Parts: sequence; structure tokens; C-alpha cells
Amino acid sequence: MTTSTNPRPGAGPRGSTSPSGRPTDAGSRNSGAHSAGDGGTSAASAVVRPRKPVKWGRIGAWTLVAVALIVTLAPFLWMLRTALSSNHSLAANAGSLLPADFSWGAFKRVLGLQSPEEAIAEGGSGAAINFWLYLRNSIIVSTLVTAGQVFFSAMAAYAFSRLRWPGRDKVFALFLATMMVPPIFTALPNFLMIKNLGLLNTYAGIILPFLFMTPFAIFFLRQFFLSMSREVEEAAMLDGAKHVRIFFQIVMPNAAAPLATLALLTFIGTWNEYFWPLLVGQDESVRVLTVGLGVFKSQSPQGAPDWSGLMAATLVAALPVLLLFIAFGKKVVNSIGFSGIK
Amino acid sequence: MTTITKLPDPTAGRAGQPAPARKNRRRSGDLRIALFFIFPAMIGFVAFFLIPTIRGVYLSFTEYSILGEPEWIGVKNYTSILGDELFWNAMTVTVQYVALNIGFQTVIALGLALLMHRVAKSTFIRGALLLPFLVANVIVALLWFWMLDYQLGIVNEVINWLGLPRIAFFGSEQWAIPTIAFVNVWRHMGYTALLIFAGLQAIPNHVYEVASLDGASPARTFWSITMPLLRPVLVLVLVVTVIGSFQVFDTVAVTTGGGPINASRVIQMYIYQKAFTESDFGYASALSVILFVILALVAFIQMKFLKGNESDLD
Repeated sequence: MTTSTNPRPGAGPRGSTSPSGRPTDAGSRNSGAHSAGDGGTSAASAVVRPRKPVKWGRIGAWTLVAVALIVTLAPFLWMLRTALSSNHSLAANAGSLLPADFSWGAFKRVLGLQSPEEAIAEGGSGAAINFWLYLRNSIIVSTLVTAGQVFFSAMAAYAFSRLRWPGRDKVFALFLATMMVPPIFTALPNFLMIKNLGLLNTYAGIILPFLFMTPFAIFFLRQFFLSMSREVEEAAMLDGAKHVRIFFQIVMPNAAAPLATLALLTFIGTWNEYFWPLLVGQDESVRVLTVGLGVFKSQSPQGAPDWSGLMAATLVAALPVLLLFIAFGKKVVNSIGFSGIK
Repeated sequence: MTTITKLPDPTAGRAGQPAPARKNRRRSGDLRIALFFIFPAMIGFVAFFLIPTIRGVYLSFTEYSILGEPEWIGVKNYTSILGDELFWNAMTVTVQYVALNIGFQTVIALGLALLMHRVAKSTFIRGALLLPFLVANVIVALLWFWMLDYQLGIVNEVINWLGLPRIAFFGSEQWAIPTIAFVNVWRHMGYTALLIFAGLQAIPNHVYEVASLDGASPARTFWSITMPLLRPVLVLVLVVTVIGSFQVFDTVAVTTGGGPINASRVIQMYIYQKAFTESDFGYASALSVILFVILALVAFIQMKFLKGNESDLD
């Protein structure tokens, strides 16, 4: 019965519940009033009309979402498809959606499992690509930077949030102000300093500027530390615990989630960093993957680039981030809202 | 009663405004331990942020080619920059890039954010849209370098199939900057959308309820409620993305290297070349001071005129 859902005739059409307006055959005094409205008065038709566009709107909206997903994801599939193609067949099958003449050759080439002759035969440059070395370098650099930056920033954040000392807020403001300084601005003097210290082309040179802190990391953790309750901390103090112990045994474990999120963001960021390692880590022995990819591209002769090899290399280079993202995607996604509002 | 008031007494400093002597002692104790906790970060801050900032400004007033000592030359770097055609070209190219990039990115991201907010809140969709942002600039650049290749790229295949002439996306002067802008819009749109989405989530529902009771149309609701309430977030997003896109480098370095001719030599590319190809660190430092000043001005103007730090809520 329509009467049960719409007790008052006036509230009926506007109160909305979608089918209630239509069934005029439901035989009641209420529905009579409705049908009269539907027939002529502009008020009722103005109320009914938006319903259809809403439905179309939803279909349209989902179509747009689908288009956005395709635009976002299709290039990655194309990357995979190219990496699994044979280089020589790419030209003949430039538009085919499946790998052109399926082959693992590109991955073998990238991972150094092919002899130079084979590589050249398949369209590679034949030059050695120390992919495993670059991968190792990227892992070393990203791991050390992440561990150091998160830990030292956590220490500083503790001092800025849980300890009381004169000048605390001024020092914090100074730290924050450096968030405004663009990286390129400090990159040149930092390069000179690393050079003067004789640390060009060393891990230390690549790692040091990011090892101790970034203003953002401190700011990020301070927010969480501030929100932790003082009760547990003070109970521990009554038991005679010192700040060092409180930091390690109470604050750090309780902040495991934000620490993990920050570690994840730091790792991905360091893994993707290009400019700084390009400046100070040009030497083969410390070259990281991003810089290595640039070199790989320039090795390909301009006439016939090794596209399959290049796409296989980019895919392998992106793999750790993709795996991390599959494992912890939700954490990353949910932390973005916070990290953006710096 | 008495037992309760007595118990917290020994902890004193807790909420106690009438600070007794004990609290003062704790305060100085805190300073010492605070110094310990802040020490590593302080090293990093002083060595890699503070000193470099000061040194960067100093170097901009010198002539310095790494070999030998920096030589003080006053504002000569700055006066030469004003007459440097390549600098003005780099500025023009960068501003073009920023305008294209931010324009498309903001509009698309706003649309995506509204879609996410209204119809598709799933973490999976948000995650998928964020994916390009998590992959390195270099990888994104190489991927699109391949897809937009003149001969074999899938995009040109489709263009060709449609019966249109192929486009040398990275290889022609008029296309280089729009193409690089497009690639970075693709990389950042999901990220920017998430930031705006977070802002949309923060708008309380009852505002919309009141609007729908008043019979406001969706368009009216968007322009009169969503946009004004979203303003602080939009301004922040704009500040962050404009500052970021002024420093575009990776994509250019991997794809065009600044060419063809100077068509895509953005300001950071120019700084890089001055410093590391021409070994002119003084000049490069002066260029980066100018970039710094521009970025600070952009941030200041955006915050000031768009009133980014004021909310219409409450």
C-alpha cells in the first residue's frame, strides 16, 4: 500500500522513494491526488522529472569511471604486452593487442641471461646491462634511507611532541619552513658538499642528504605522537622509566601504523628518485635503477630502439613498487589524503 | 575523595599550572634529553638544508666553475640572466608547461574526485587511479615515449587508422611541451583526485541535506556549496601541484632532453645544464634562486588571493 509509505499526501511525491509516484492503480485517495499532480501541475512533474536523469547520470558516471580506469591501466598492460613481444615483430604487428610473436627474450636480455650476440640478434644493443647490480643498488639505497629517515625523524618528532624544552616551537617552525625550499635549490650546494667530502659515486653520497630527516617525515610523525595519550607514558615514568625506554617501548610500538605508512611512502619515493642519484651516482658501481633505465634508453641506437627490452626493463624496475602496492595498497591510498594537506 | 586527590599529586606537572620547583627541574631535564633525540635530525637539517640554502644564495653572487674558488662578482649573474634569451625561453616553456599541466590536471582530478565521492568510493578504484603516481617518473616517461613513438607507437597507430597524419609527439617543436604536460597529467591525475576527494569527504553531509530541502539543483549545489567549501583544499592542492610542476625535470630529461632545439628546455633542465654541462655553478645558483623566489611568490599569491587558509565552514 502506498498509504503506508506515504502517510501524508503532500509529503508523498517529494519524500521520493522511487516507485511510489507511479502506481496510480493502487486505488486509494492518496494515489488519486498523485495522478492529478502527474497529469498537470508543474510542481509534481518537476519533482518526478529529475529521477530519470539521475539514473542516466549514474550510468554516465560509471562509464566515466570505467574510462578513467582504462586510461590509467591500459598503458601498463601495453608495457607488459610489449615486453613479451619479439622486438623484430613489433613493427609488423604494431597494433595487435596480444604480444607480437611471444617471446621471453626481452626479459632474458634485461636480466643478463642472454649472450651479447643473442641480444644483438634480437634487437638489443649488445652492451652489458648490469640490471642485477642496479637492482641491488636501488635496494641498498632505498632500504637505508627508509630505515634512517623514519627512525631519526621519529626521534625528532618525539622531541617536538612529547618533550618540553625552551625554543621547541621555534625550532619546529624553522624545520617546517624548509619544506618550502625546492629540492633543486639545495641540490647544487649539496652536490658541491658531497664532492668536497669525496663522496661522489658512493652510497654515502646518495644516501646522506635523506638519511637523517625530511621536514615532512617529522611533521607527519609529530601529528601522531601529539595525539597519543599521556597516561601510559606517565605510568611508565612513575615506574622509573626514562625517555629512551618510553620512546622505544611505548611510543614506537604504539605508532607502528603511521611509522609503517611513512616507511612505505619513503621507500617508494626513494626508489623513484632520479635527480639526486643522477648527480652523484653516475658510476656503474652505485648506479640505481632509475638512472640505469635512462642509460639503457640512450644505449638503444636511434634508428631501431630495443622497445621490448626497454619495456621489460621498466616493468622489472617498477615491480617492487607494484608488489608493495598490492600488499599495502590500502595504507598508501588512505594516507594520501593526509600527506597532501601538508 | 581524599585518596583520589592525593594519588596524582606526586606526578605534579601533569595538568598543574602552578608549576612547583619539581617541574622546573623536569624542564631542564627535558632539554638535555630533547637535544639527544633531536641530534641526528639536527645534523641532517643543518648540513643538507640550512647550510646549502645559505650557500646557494652566496654562490649565486659568485663566478664558480668547481675548479678553484668561488669569486665574488656581485649581482652580475642576475643582470646577465635578465638579458639571457635562453633563460626567457626556458621560463616561457616552463610557464606553458605549468599552465597546460595544472589546467587539465585540476579539472580532470576534480571530475574524478566527484565521481569517487558520488558513485565509486571503493579503495580498489582509488588504488588503481593512484598507480601511475607510485611508479617512477622515469618509468612513466619511457612508457609513454614508447606509446607515443612516431613509427611504432600505439597512439600513432590509432591516429593512422583513423586516417589522420601521424604526430611526432616528442620530436616536434609545437608538440613537445603539450606531450610532456599530458604525460604528467596522466601520472598525477589520480593523486590529485585523491587529495580533492579527501576534501570532499570533509564537507559535512547536513549542508547538502539543507540544500536538497531547499530544492537546489545538482549544478547549483556544486557551484554554491561544493566549490566554496572545497576552496581551502583546492588552493592547497594548487599550491602543491604548481610548485611541483615548476620543477619538472625527469620526464624531460628521459624523453626529449630539452629539445627539439630549445622547445622543451624547462627551467630546471636549464639549471642542470648550466651547472653540470657548462660547469657554471654561480650562474646555475642564481637561476635556482630566481626559481625559488618565483615559487615562493606563487605560493604567497595563491594563499593570499584565494584565501586558502580560511574556511567557509564554521
